[in-house]
Amino acid sequence: MKAAVAALAVCASFLAVCILLAQSPNPEKPSASGAPPYNPAIYAELQKAPEKARNRANPLQDDPEAVAAGSILFEQHCAECHGNVAEGSRKGPSLLVPEVQTAPPGVIFWVLTNGVVRKKMPVWSKLPEPQRWQLVRYIKSLGGPAPAAEPPRPKP
Amino acid sequence: MTSCRRFVVIGSFFASFFSIFSPAPAVAQENPYIVAYDHYLEEPGNLEIEYFSTFGTQRGGNDFHAFWAEFEYGATAWWTTEFYLDGQSTFNDSTVFTGFRMENRFRLLKHEHFINPVLYVEYEHTSGADKILKEIEGHDVESDYAEANAVLRKEHDQEMEFKLLLSGTHKGWNFTENTIATKNLSNVPWEFGYALGASRPLALKATAKRCSFCRQNFIVGAEMYGGLGDRYSFGLHDTSHYLAPVAAWNLPSDWTLRLSAGFGLNDQSHRFLLRWGLSREITGFGSMVSRLFGGRK
Repeated sequence: MKAAVAALAVCASFLAVCILLAQSPNPEKPSASGAPPYNPAIYAELQKAPEKARNRANPLQDDPEAVAAGSILFEQHCAECHGNVAEGSRKGPSLLVPEVQTAPPGVIFWVLTNGVVRKKMPVWSKLPEPQRWQLVRYIKSLGGPAPAAEPPRPKP
Repeated sequence: MTSCRRFVVIGSFFASFFSIFSPAPAVAQENPYIVAYDHYLEEPGNLEIEYFSTFGTQRGGNDFHAFWAEFEYGATAWWTTEFYLDGQSTFNDSTVFTGFRMENRFRLLKHEHFINPVLYVEYEHTSGADKILKEIEGHDVESDYAEANAVLRKEHDQEMEFKLLLSGTHKGWNFTENTIATKNLSNVPWEFGYALGASRPLALKATAKRCSFCRQNFIVGAEMYGGLGDRYSFGLHDTSHYLAPVAAWNLPSDWTLRLSAGFGLNDQSHRFLLRWGLSREITGFGSMVSRLFGGRK
C-alpha cells in the first residue's frame, strides 16, 4: 500500500513538474499570428558555424526526390515548432527569413546536427546524414516570403 | 484491493489521461535499445509514453513476465525526465506491483561531438520482486529471482543509480557505452555494471512517399549488458551478462515497436529474455498542459 501511495505521489509530482516547465516564461513575446516578432538575434547561431561546415556542399543538391522527402521529414520533425511551412510559431523562429534562406547549405546542416540546446532546439544528428541533407534541400527550396508588391506609380 | 489491481488502476488512470488530452502525435525516430541509452534526449515539450515487457526463463523457479510503463518528458533540449511504474507476473505464483523509478538525463555538452556524454541520475523505490532487469549491476544473478513473490516482496530497495552515457553516431551507425554505478541507500556497497549498444537504420535516405514498410523506418542492432561486481569485489565473477539483437520499427502512425531477444552468456544469467515494447510520442504535450491550466495560449 505504501508503495502505491508513494507511486501516486511521485506521479503527481511528475505532472506538476511538467506543468511548471510548460508554463516557464518565454522571452519572445508572440505576435497575434502566434509567430514571434522578427528578431535577427535569434539567428546568431548561424554565424557560429565553423568554416569547414560552412563550405560543405549538399551531396543531394541534384537529387530530384530530396525536396519531396525533405518536406515529409520537415512535417514529421520540424513543423511542430517552426510551423507547417516554416513560417515560425511561438516555439520556433521562421525559416523563411533571409538569414536562413541565404545561408550556405552547410550552415543549416550544421545547426540541424548540433541543435541550439540552450534555446530548446534539439540535436537532430539522430536523423541519418542523408535525411538531414534532404531537410536542408527542402528548407532552401522554400525561398522565403514573396517580396511585398510595390505601390502603383502615379501615371505621368 | 490487491497490488496488481492498484497497478492496473494507476496505469489506466494515466493512460486515459494522456489518451484523452493528447494532441497531435509526432513520428518518432527512436533507437531500438531497451537496456542501453544513447545520447539523444526527448524533444522539449514532448511526452513519450512507453510500455515494455520482459519474458524471462528461470532455472530453479517459475518463468516470469515483467512489465513497466515509462513516461518520458523533454523538459529542455538538454534535460529529459522520466517516470516508471514496474510490475511482474510470475507463472504459477502471483502478479505484483514492484515499484517506481524517477530518472533524469542531462546532456553535458552544447554541441555534437565524436563522443557525446550524458549524465543519468535515477532514484528507484522497488521491492525485491522487481524483475524488469532494466539494468544489470553488481552481482545480480539468475538465482536471485528464483524465490516466490511472497518472499521477494518483503525486501525493499531504495537506490540511487548513476550512469555515464557515452554515445556517438557515424555514417548512420550509433554506438553507445553506458557505465553504471548504483548505491543502495541502506548500508550496501556501490555496485557497478555496463551496457553497450550498436544500431543502424536499414536505409539512411528517406523516401519521397509516406510509407510504413520503408527501410528507413526499421532500425536494427545489438546490445550487451551485465554486472561488474561491487566496490569490494569488482570484476566478472558471480555476475550475469546478456547479448541481445534488437530491432525497432518507427511507424508513420506515430507508434514505435521494439523487439529484443536476449541470451544469457554464462551460467549465472537467465537463459533467455524476450523483450518487446510499444511507445507513442506526443508532440506539444507541454503546451497542451499549459493551456489546460490556463497558461500561455
